[in-house]
Amino acid sequence: MANDVWVYIEHKEGEVSPMSYELLGIGKTLANDFGSSVCAFAIGENLDNISKEAFQYGASKVYGIEGGVYKHFRAEAYSKAASFLLDKYKPEVVLFRATTQGTDIAAASAARLGFGLCTDSIGLKVEGGQLKMTRAAFGGNYTVTVVNEKAKPQIVTVRPKAFAMPEKNASASGEVVKESFALSEDELATKFVEFIKSQVTVNLVEADIIVSGGRGVGGEEGFKILKELADTLGGAVGASRAAVDSGWIPYEHQVGQTGKTVKPKIYIACGISGAIQHLAGMRTSDCIVAINKDPDAPIFKNASFGIVGDYKQVVPLLVEKFKAKLNK
Amino acid sequence: MKIAVCIKQVPDTEAEIKWDTQKGVLKRDSIDPITNPFDEFALEEALLTRENYDGEIVAITMGPERSSDVLRNALALTVNEVHRLTDDAFAGSDTYATASVLAAAIKKIGDVDIVFCGKQSTDGNTGVVGAELAAILGFSPLTYVSKIRTIDAANKKIVVERAIEGGTEVIEAKLPAVVSVIKGINEPRLPNLMGIRKAAKMEIPQWNADDLGVDKSKVGSAGSSTKVVEIAVPPPRGAGEILKGEIADVVNTLTDKLIDLKVIK
Ligand SMILES: Cc1cc2nc3c(=O)[nH]c(=O)nc-3n(C[C@H](O)[C@H](O)[C@H](O)COP(=O)(O)OP(=O)(O)OC[C@H]3O[C@@H](n4cnc5c(N)ncnc54)[C@H](O)[C@@H]3O)c2cc1C
Ligand SMILES: Nc1ncnc2c1ncn2[C@@H]1O[C@H](COP(=O)(O)O)[C@@H](O)[C@H]1O
Repeated sequence: MANDVWVYIEHKEGEVSPMSYELLGIGKTLANDFGSSVCAFAIGENLDNISKEAFQYGASKVYGIEGGVYKHFRAEAYSKAASFLLDKYKPEVVLFRATTQGTDIAAASAARLGFGLCTDSIGLKVEGGQLKMTRAAFGGNYTVTVVNEKAKPQIVTVRPKAFAMPEKNASASGEVVKESFALSEDELATKFVEFIKSQVTVNLVEADIIVSGGRGVGGEEGFKILKELADTLGGAVGASRAAVDSGWIPYEHQVGQTGKTVKPKIYIACGISGAIQHLAGMRTSDCIVAINKDPDAPIFKNASFGIVGDYKQVVPLLVEKFKAKLNK
Repeated sequence: MKIAVCIKQVPDTEAEIKWDTQKGVLKRDSIDPITNPFDEFALEEALLTRENYDGEIVAITMGPERSSDVLRNALALTVNEVHRLTDDAFAGSDTYATASVLAAAIKKIGDVDIVFCGKQSTDGNTGVVGAELAAILGFSPLTYVSKIRTIDAANKKIVVERAIEGGTEVIEAKLPAVVSVIKGINEPRLPNLMGIRKAAKMEIPQWNADDLGVDKSKVGSAGSSTKVVEIAVPPPRGAGEILKGEIADVVNTLTDKLIDLKVIK
């Protein structure tokens, strides 16, 4: 239907995580407000599994474009296919996750269709039949609410974990609409060579628990102490820029304005002062715990729970207590 | 090789920011400006590319008078040519309008092999202008680049590494390409005193909408589809609870409170 809400399902060579479906929840809420339905769409080599799961997470219809040329994600190929679909069906709103893949395809599709988009949205609602998109600006010091008056579909990227994951209903199913969009290798300028998996096993953006360290951690050794807590809790390790710039931990762990934006359920900041640029990357976490020697550290103003003390003493005790209480 | 680099002037995040709440835009003249941190990496990568593969660098920015500073800094770092893209009609441009203006300038420069951008700007923070630019120009889109492996100038090919979720992706692409870079790809150098002095005296050439042949109704506030309708200060998180007492008790309390959240499995 013309005012449907579409959700892009991202995958890597057909591999999806449940998080790939997270936007079907908010998509459904918006579709209810528009009096329309939430639909999923995907592009890839073989989409059978994705279609099946998309219905289970709430999609009422799944649109897909398949072909060998779409085996690996390539913004060039995927955005051409996506623009074809969006132009043909003209949904009201299209939601992408604000991941590297989601951002790339959203940006290129918007440019191909010839209009702007709203990125990294953290709030979405329909008012008077109009979609209002809220996003953080200036390192989270401000939020701005944006409307898109001229463009249809309205393209939005949404911060991962900003909205609740939809429930899975194993018996749900629906209609699959397969479209074809032929594209030959010759028409494409980019070629996938290889993927080198990172040593880091947990994806910061998707982690529910992050234990993060700053300059106060004092060195590489200190991060081993934090890693132990992260492992105990099944979480990931983050860092401030000061720790990254000191060479104690690679850049892919950096949280903040010039690092990653994260929104875990629990963020434990150890030896981090809470500079505005660090807060920019983590202040929307559900629960923030600060462990810092300095009672006046600004991080305490943003923490749900604070402990004034030396992390070297506090963190190992936390590990011990959690292990005891969680029977690990 | 012909290299273009897109540099944006952004307000220093430490500074107090003033908004024109009527128009929903920044009062840019109220803030101390700096070069967008990610664009320093873009500029450095352009300089390294010129050192390794020869060629010339043209730096461009779209912005008001005072954004000449970022181009002066680029000149001090020895880029060959700069252009400031400026016109009353550009004010209030959204990402697509911005990318369209930058694209027009790159076409005007002509025969560009690589356009370097930063991953994102710290004010707009959208991180999409590079990808949009590539789509508009029909250049190879290479985003989140953490390393350039090789450039084959004769055969117009480039191989890069991209930092994406879960690891590094290696992509081979045809030139021309738009390469947007992340932090850590290099260590930006600082200009030397001679360079700064020389750049201080240089004219900063300007291109307006007519020079670029862009349709004024398609850029600026007039051409932008997204519009800011509300600006708010997010409610403060509110300082929570400082757990006080003997360290063992405090740790005990905290573990209980965190387990109560039912997140830890
Ligand atoms: C343009 C720009 C972009 C930036 N981007 C980012 C970004 O993306 N991410 C980011 O994090 N920063 C960023 N910064 C840097 C930011 O301004 C701060 O400098 C940085 O976040 C400070 O890191 P920190 O809190 O680890 O270090 P510090 O500010 O030095 O704080 C260290 C803290 O550790 C405490 N401490 C010391 N020893 C112990 C101990 N044994 N136990 C417990 N506590 C201890 C101290 O009391 C202190 O509060 C950026 C800056 C600029 C200008
Ligand atoms: N006004 C501008 N002038 C020059 N380059 C820009 C401008 N806006 C964005 N860019 C480039 O696009 C990149 C991404 O910006 P953004 O999409 O705003 O986060 C920046 O790092 C710059 O390289």
